[in-house]
Amino acid sequence: MDLIQAEEEVARVVGAASRVDPTGGGTHREVGGLPPEEATVVRAPVGVVTYDAADLTVAVGAGTTVAELTEVLATAGQECALDPRDPTATVGGTIASGLSGPRRPRVGPLRDQVLEVRFATADGRLVRGGGPTVKNVTGYDIPRLLVGSLGTIGVLTRLILRCRPVPASVWWGVSDDAPDAVRARFLRPATVAWDGAVTRVRLEGHPADVETEAAGAGLEAAEPFTWPVGEHRGRASVAPGRVVELARALEAANGVRWVAEIGVGTVHVATDSEAAFGAARADAQRCGGWLLREAGAPGLDGFGIDLPNAALLARVKGAFDPTGKLAPGRLPIPESPSQVRGEVRPS
Amino acid sequence: MSERTQGRRYSSAIASDRLDQWPDEHTGDRALLADLRSVLGRDRARAEPLELSLYARDAGHQAGEAAVVCFPDRGEHVAAAVDVAVRHDRSFVARGSGTGLAGGATPLGRPILIVTTHLNRIVDVDADARVAWVEPGVLNLDLSRAIRHLGLHYAPDPSSQAACTIGGNVATNAGGPHCLASGVTAAHVLAIDVVLPDGTEVRLGGLEPDQPGYDMRGCFVGSEGTMGIATRVAVRLTPNPRAIRTLLLDFSSIDDAAATVSGIIAAGVIPAALEMMDAEITRAVEEFVGAGFPRDAAAVLLVELDGLEAGVAAEVDEVSRIGRASGARTVRIAADDAERALLWKGRKSAFGAIARIAPDYYLHDAVVPRTRLVDVLRRVAEVCAGQRLTVMNVFHAGDGNLHPLIAFDAREPGIWARVRDAGDEILRACVEAGGVLSGEHGIGIEKRDAMSLVFGPDDLDAQARLRDAFDPAGRANPDKVLPRGSRCGELGGAPPSADGEGTWI
Repeated sequence: MDLIQAEEEVARVVGAASRVDPTGGGTHREVGGLPPEEATVVRAPVGVVTYDAADLTVAVGAGTTVAELTEVLATAGQECALDPRDPTATVGGTIASGLSGPRRPRVGPLRDQVLEVRFATADGRLVRGGGPTVKNVTGYDIPRLLVGSLGTIGVLTRLILRCRPVPASVWWGVSDDAPDAVRARFLRPATVAWDGAVTRVRLEGHPADVETEAAGAGLEAAEPFTWPVGEHRGRASVAPGRVVELARALEAANGVRWVAEIGVGTVHVATDSEAAFGAARADAQRCGGWLLREAGAPGLDGFGIDLPNAALLARVKGAFDPTGKLAPGRLPIPESPSQVRGEVRPS
Repeated sequence: MSERTQGRRYSSAIASDRLDQWPDEHTGDRALLADLRSVLGRDRARAEPLELSLYARDAGHQAGEAAVVCFPDRGEHVAAAVDVAVRHDRSFVARGSGTGLAGGATPLGRPILIVTTHLNRIVDVDADARVAWVEPGVLNLDLSRAIRHLGLHYAPDPSSQAACTIGGNVATNAGGPHCLASGVTAAHVLAIDVVLPDGTEVRLGGLEPDQPGYDMRGCFVGSEGTMGIATRVAVRLTPNPRAIRTLLLDFSSIDDAAATVSGIIAAGVIPAALEMMDAEITRAVEEFVGAGFPRDAAAVLLVELDGLEAGVAAEVDEVSRIGRASGARTVRIAADDAERALLWKGRKSAFGAIARIAPDYYLHDAVVPRTRLVDVLRRVAEVCAGQRLTVMNVFHAGDGNLHPLIAFDAREPGIWARVRDAGDEILRACVEAGGVLSGEHGIGIEKRDAMSLVFGPDDLDAQARLRDAFDPAGRANPDKVLPRGSRCGELGGAPPSADGEGTWI
């Protein structure tokens, strides 16, 4: 069965099912709301469809693992900046989850990597949005609608992604200076990760640049940062200027391990107890942000806050999936706009 | 007479700003104007023939007519104007400086035209967080100038950056030469305060890196005023590079220049900008600016490399080597900032230079895969030769964003039909080569009916669903972007266009 037939089959299955559970590598199953029970599991087609290195684009079945895609692109010295924590994640699952990787300051968020999407709609059609070129303002930005939608708008079947040259040189350094001061020493660092004790910096680019910048900033070569580990984990999202405030609060709490992406505002959190996870979430909310569950914490809500602009979101959801059959439970959107009272007004 | 002039005839429908002198068919407009004046103030809602005429079009080629033109100077007045639109069941159209080329700000159906140029405050600049909150009427270049002393700039740099507004940039997801490495507007907008078409005020996106739910900010950027009006925008500011080098390479064939473009990308170099100009435009620019562009070149490439000193120096060598290996006759490296500025002046004055060749021009915007550039340029030349038209190309070669520019004299009888047919054929050629209709200008009215060249009925239906979720009543900039018949079950057929001459492709 070729890819197009496989996509049509996905659309047929999705159209016929009463509840749909889009499934990829199983690495993001607990991100946000939990997957539905008693739903038809749908898997996207696998394989790299077309790859033209000179165009810096690749078309890939959404069910392809990031590891496999990375291997194909490496043959031409290129990569896609998807960077999931676990590369056995599928491309579609990574995009649908919307979790940007730690190189975001240099490569941009996940939403900037997607050029075109094809997806199966709730009523069993195949829809294409965006376009195959690296620059495009032809119509509405359907790809960005799908990024982070957790399968609730449609089931991704195929994507065209932006490729980039693999950096000629990568270097990690460490400093115990204040994280914002460390960050300010670099023009385009890939990662500035702070764990409360030290700041680790990932530099990418021309070897001569990396060498000079590393030497000038007074950093010592070091190992990369490591993700905080624990049964319950997630990521806080706060304005970059409030990361230090959040970090101090997390430090004061018991049993919270964390790494903050400086300049981004993402703070990765892991705990051994659900209560500690809940406390970290409260801290994130006090700092004007929120904490997304990525794994564990089964007794807690996936998001911890009401979705902003719920009435608008409900209209969007209703326009694509009026019966709410796609990935029910994964995004807490009211079923109809009339259930929403009042909009969130900007402060 | 050009269509530009013909369009003005519609402005005569309202002879006077004096309410008692308005013709009967516009009695509804009297109440509308009065209500708008009561919330905005008398001078901020106008309907004099001169205003209506001035605002009948943007920089595109098709005119419409507004019932009232408003100039709010506070965000809450935008919301108030939209409330009036809702109460009177009227549509509204937002407009910045009117530099758009696709007719996105052209008022169709006698809407309220809401001009955002008086909302022009830079509200807040946070140099540490590298974020600025600006009102939509702030000019693109004014923002970069205002933050220059902080070592920061706003990266998207459309050629019209001295005149175009941030709000307009958001509406069209504007690009520019330096978007090759740094990305278009969508990559630089963090949050937008929006008045939705029903008058509700919302914040889309935020300063936090992620928001729960759908990326409504991402959907709003590039929606050409059909999802509401931005009243405040948070943009990402970019640190100035520590080293910049600009190179001018000239070639005796377009193929060699295109091979150099491919060679640069294949070598893993992503320049900050990578622009191509063909023989005709290079000559015109040289006569206009005197930047030292070779008059006998078949094509020139303008390549800018930026970053840190060592890497930039290495990339200059690499690009020079690739250029020479691909047949570059000369490789000129700007010695200082003054020479850099001169080379860029040549590139950015291209459209001014056209005036020396013909009084009118039609500028196209389409994107093709980089690897198809040579084929498509050849096809563009054939099409224009077939229609006996002068065409010039100055474009963003690095991302395949073509800008064929047809120069003509609109006084020549029958010329518009030829220009139109050529444009139509060029678009088809781009789409056949795997391209899209627009890279940075948008769809507006100009390319609305060409959308079905690239999207099937189900694709257009999905876009219509997204738009309608923002604007269930169809109040914001109606009849733009999507052709009639985009919604499944909707009757097909294009609406009558503003000048009754059909839609421009």
